[in-house]
Amino acid sequence: MADYALKIRRYDPESGEAAYWADYDVELPPERSVLDGILQVKDREDASIAIRCSCRAAICGSCGVRINGQSALACNTRIGEAAERARDGAITVEPMGNMPVIKDLVTDMEAVHWKKIRRVVPWLLPAEEPPEGQEYIVPPEAMLDVTQTMACIQCGVCVSACLSLEVDPEFIGPAALAKAYRFVGDPRDGEHESRLKDLAEDPHGIYDCTHCFACVEVCPKDVAPMNQIMRLRRKATNDFRIKDSNNGYGHEKAFVNIIEKWGTLFEAQLLPRSFGDGSLIKGQLRPQGAKQLTESLPTVYHGLKSGKVNPIKALVHPKLPDQKQVRRIIKEIESQDERIELNLYIVGEMAEETE
Amino acid sequence: MPKHDVLVIGAGLAGQRAALAAAEQGTSVGIISKVHPVRSHSNAAQGGINAALNPEDSWESHAFDTIKGSDYLGDQDAIEIMCREAPGELLDLEHLGVTFHRNEEGRLGTRAFGGASAARTYYVADITGQAILHVLYEQLMKFSEVHRYEEWFTTALVQDEDGRIAGAITRNIRDGAIELFQAKAVILATGGNGQLYDPTTNALICTGDGIAMAYRIGAPLMDMEMIQYHPTTLAGLGLLITEGARGEGAHLYNAQGERFMEKYAPNKMELASRDVVSRAEQTEINEGRGFPDGTVALDITVVPRKRIHEALREIVNVGRDFAGVDITREPIHIKPGNHYTMGGIRTDVDGRTSIPGLYAAGECACVSVHGGNRLGANSLLDTLVFGRRSGLHAAEAVHGLPLRDPDLAQLEDEERRISGIVDRDGSGRRVSEVKAELGKTMDKYVAVFRDEDGLRTGLDAVQRLKEEATDLAIDDKGAVFNQDVLGALELQFMLDNAEAIVLSAIERKESRGAQFRTDFPERNDDDWLKHINVSANGSEPEISYSDVTMTQWEPQERTY
Repeated sequence: MADYALKIRRYDPESGEAAYWADYDVELPPERSVLDGILQVKDREDASIAIRCSCRAAICGSCGVRINGQSALACNTRIGEAAERARDGAITVEPMGNMPVIKDLVTDMEAVHWKKIRRVVPWLLPAEEPPEGQEYIVPPEAMLDVTQTMACIQCGVCVSACLSLEVDPEFIGPAALAKAYRFVGDPRDGEHESRLKDLAEDPHGIYDCTHCFACVEVCPKDVAPMNQIMRLRRKATNDFRIKDSNNGYGHEKAFVNIIEKWGTLFEAQLLPRSFGDGSLIKGQLRPQGAKQLTESLPTVYHGLKSGKVNPIKALVHPKLPDQKQVRRIIKEIESQDERIELNLYIVGEMAEETE
Repeated sequence: MPKHDVLVIGAGLAGQRAALAAAEQGTSVGIISKVHPVRSHSNAAQGGINAALNPEDSWESHAFDTIKGSDYLGDQDAIEIMCREAPGELLDLEHLGVTFHRNEEGRLGTRAFGGASAARTYYVADITGQAILHVLYEQLMKFSEVHRYEEWFTTALVQDEDGRIAGAITRNIRDGAIELFQAKAVILATGGNGQLYDPTTNALICTGDGIAMAYRIGAPLMDMEMIQYHPTTLAGLGLLITEGARGEGAHLYNAQGERFMEKYAPNKMELASRDVVSRAEQTEINEGRGFPDGTVALDITVVPRKRIHEALREIVNVGRDFAGVDITREPIHIKPGNHYTMGGIRTDVDGRTSIPGLYAAGECACVSVHGGNRLGANSLLDTLVFGRRSGLHAAEAVHGLPLRDPDLAQLEDEERRISGIVDRDGSGRRVSEVKAELGKTMDKYVAVFRDEDGLRTGLDAVQRLKEEATDLAIDDKGAVFNQDVLGALELQFMLDNAEAIVLSAIERKESRGAQFRTDFPERNDDDWLKHINVSANGSEPEISYSDVTMTQWEPQERTY
């Protein structure tokens, strides 16, 4: 048993007062959860603290909160470990971010999370009528593959942590895009291309993710939403060659071509090549490329002014000493018939070897 | 006043399946749940769903295993229906998009499960319930005709003058508003009552609400003494380790390193029925061969590591997060713990209760397909088959019927009752205190081993707590998300459940399935091959009996 200080963000919409911090003390073994701490406060001291919770085992997805500022499920965050990370000795617990607060630790998931989920047409659109009296025959790996996104419990913790959502509240977001992969990766679904086109063309779709890993880090079920977004992009670009008006396709191609040529990222080349599907010449010749380049000039100017862009480095970029190796790797990857994507349920050869 | 032809209360698998089935008939359907549907406890069903789909298997074999598992208390007509309809139900789910495990040929693959004579459990890793629940919710989002009321707490059922169901009274958790929902038929799918026990594998929402609501308007409860203790739960917290672990080959050991199931079930070993394995473990623990923390060991390390990652991923997480154990490298300590409500509201094979227009399906109902002991992976099947049948039957039965006029005085009474709880001055005990005492009482006296003295002590305690629960202290006086008042209402539901359970356990003077009486250690078919029913006669519970339906399987001695 140990004593812990909890600082809970309280908000009562009926009081007419602003949210405030309230301090509580709890007594628990360190391996118990922050949720157990909150429930102890409710049981012993103040039953008016509102928090959604049910299973206590990280399967129902109810108790998403922010603990010491980090989005997490309260039930699978150990109170002892939370205390070690707490500033000023008190564990802070506040409602999830990027969603309106209803009361105390309860947020309006319907207004944000579920709206976004419904945006991705979250049901199977079968390619063909189900076979009579039997199941669809599909590769076992494909089912294991989408099971990673099926493992999502819709807790909203990734939505709470998403930095892109903070800047663009319209971003479809990590949870809903992971849900989209569940259908795009499912061989029984017949609308892979139209789903991908829709998500690529939406200015708040797959190319709105900034690749920051926040959702991967906080997801309590290892769904790795950002990885699913990247897989949607790979499918959109490589498999379906969807050239979207957000220029996501060109941007991805530009990255690959630059790495193939220089081995490391040559940032000054990224912008013009992005408008030409990776090619510098096409990027400068295409009418809409010229227009978009012109529109980017203020950004370039600010970069130069603030010293972020160095004119010399913008013109000259050293190749890696062993650039041939990089080309060889890229060639080898491209020569493979299929991509091998590991996930939670397919741990690959490595796990066998470490046994 | 919201109006629907069919009103479903509870949105786990049984409720969602019922709502979809009713909506497909073109009926106006409302589905009410006290939590968002995907938070429902069906999530917790890890291992899988049984179906005799393989051509070498047969529904008769599945039915026999289920009947034997039930210790011959299950109704064989209902079990036949469940097992015959299982393959079709499984394929429907697959067609809707459930990501079931495939074998090398891309066909549906199975795993072994307890009490079964063939490997007939279909699964999605160890998140089968979750996967099905989320796929059904996908369908619910697609069917915009189904009106969803998410985070509404139902407090009472409403009848018309003739005693036919007319609707339900529900509180919107978000703003505290109380509404009377008018309906031609009501389907209860509110789940089990595991929260009566501490510890339990059940979620905090499993408080037997529907069972109590039906009981209060006169519907009989059946087989209530049959409470399943699952053989592999974590000590203390009570969290579940799926039977799938043993299905994949894990062994049980006592503290002396003996694989003790050899003594109790030499043929099926760890895969005997749950009641048998739980009793074996408890015997080892009681006789001093357990670990000092009152547990025995489950050794999953015998399962290949790659297979554990593929098929038992969630258990790796539970071990790591909640017990600090890497199950791929070391055994984990487990014990029997409260898990499942075999009994419930008595229904026929179409979900009909004794109250006209009132249906029940899933764990809150007792058809009875589980009798004295449920087989693993039969619960998902029960929710889906009887959820669908209830939805279909209700939709057809209400076709062309007018809405019933509810007695509006009931709404006023209910509003008064709830505001009475909220406005209380706070002199009584806290909800949490009464609930904690109930949990300890049930786990002590109404558990794996029972006897008359203990059960009487338990009954006295439950009746005293029932009295205390009429005067609980309430901290929260607000309308928005007042979980304190919900807790008080749930506690009263729980105490009605508890009383029915203990009374039934006292009544059954034999040992059958989950009911093991140390003072009556044998099964006694001459006197007790019958269901015990409890109904509310005024405020007093009344016991009656009903026959077990037999079709083609005569009771035999039960060994594994």
